[in-house]
Amino acid sequence: MALLDYDMSNLRSAGKALERLGARVEVCREPGEAGDADAVVLPGVGRFGAAMERLDERGFTGMLRERASSGTPVLGICLGLQLLLDESEESPGVAGLGLIPGRVERLRTSAKVPHIGWSEVHWREGAALGPGSGGPADRTYYFVHSYACVPTDADDVLGTAEHGVGFTAAVGRGGVCGVQFHPEKSSAAGLALLDRWLAGVQAGQALAS
Amino acid sequence: MIRVIPCLDVDRGRVVKGVNFVDIRDAGDPVELAARYDAEGADELVFLDITATHEERDTIIHLVQRTAEEVFIPFTIGGGLRTEEDIRAVLAAGADKVSLNSAAVRDPDLVERAAMRFGDQCIVVAIDAKRRDDGSGWEVYLAGGRRETGIEAVEWAAEAARRGAGELLVTSMDRDGTQVGFDTDLLAAIADAAPVPVIASGGAGTLGHFAEAVTRGHADAVLAASVFHDGVYTVGEVKAAMARDGVPVRR
Repeated sequence: MALLDYDMSNLRSAGKALERLGARVEVCREPGEAGDADAVVLPGVGRFGAAMERLDERGFTGMLRERASSGTPVLGICLGLQLLLDESEESPGVAGLGLIPGRVERLRTSAKVPHIGWSEVHWREGAALGPGSGGPADRTYYFVHSYACVPTDADDVLGTAEHGVGFTAAVGRGGVCGVQFHPEKSSAAGLALLDRWLAGVQAGQALAS
Repeated sequence: MIRVIPCLDVDRGRVVKGVNFVDIRDAGDPVELAARYDAEGADELVFLDITATHEERDTIIHLVQRTAEEVFIPFTIGGGLRTEEDIRAVLAAGADKVSLNSAAVRDPDLVERAAMRFGDQCIVVAIDAKRRDDGSGWEVYLAGGRRETGIEAVEWAAEAARRGAGELLVTSMDRDGTQVGFDTDLLAAIADAAPVPVIASGGAGTLGHFAEAVTRGHADAVLAASVFHDGVYTVGEVKAAMARDGVPVRR
């Protein structure tokens, strides 16, 4: 598991959660260090423009595009999910990774922004990342964000949630997927999601459905 | 959903408890307690570092690292953070947010600088407020309620949000430790004046108080210390009571 370190995230939590689930986590500060990883995790907290700048500086932009096109599973978390798209209203003119067609828009809601707190995700029927059966607590996760993804292709939306307005909570396309919430901060429900993702990576399954 | 947040006062790496910020007693290992609260359904945790001496401040960094390794819900560190470097250190150690109190009052620009550098979402501004004797609103206090500032609490709340605070932690100094209920007038005044989430603190005593902070105080989260530490109620009991009163919670 390559966990990309580009100075824009709370790396420790995502890494510790994956390790707790038995994954071997390699914290990578340059593309060469991610060489033989089975999958790549792109965490992220902060602003879209600054994050893309750092990814570019570190040489991660090209590496992520190459690995994604060759089928390596990629999981984006929070801002890391938003970076997978083409662009964001937060940083006009800055190109995202473009692994999932669409843009990132500010939450247009009468509720308070940032959206900070736990929300239930409505997973698409049969979504591999979703909990399948179980109660609401099993699909309720911790969110911290002011922007949300708007994928061009509705098929890329794996799950939605609400904060005064509906928004995309999880996306996937091929081996690339991402979640707007923080699974590493979502207690048992979040750890279970990461566990399903790890299991999928291990089994070589596409999780973007 | 409305968050329920246990608060743990920490001195030199150990949990203590304050009643009206005076009597404190040892109550255990912070990381163990944190894990217990996670298992009980706590949505988030706040560690308030009351370590007095600067030399022993590193204990909080170790606590943050251990917590980040073992507890998978968000947690905030407050107390004694004065500079951007202090903030950077606890965030780098694994804290999700920092709570700024007196440092923000003394240097409101710090809120702005920290929000720009680390993101609004990890900057909480804590406001300790006391009702004015003439009933004309609330005033900001520092040093655990001992020092008055002359600053109007609702105005300060709005300013802190404008400067980039992602959340406000509002404690009623009149109610703190009394267990007679939150000051819902104070909470509503601030929640209605500031466009960011408000965490209610100070005064929780009965199960009904928690829902009141939301229905009357318009709070987005409720925080309590002693009712949880003393085992008066579990987080689960509080959430069940809130749900009965129609407040949405994660269960």
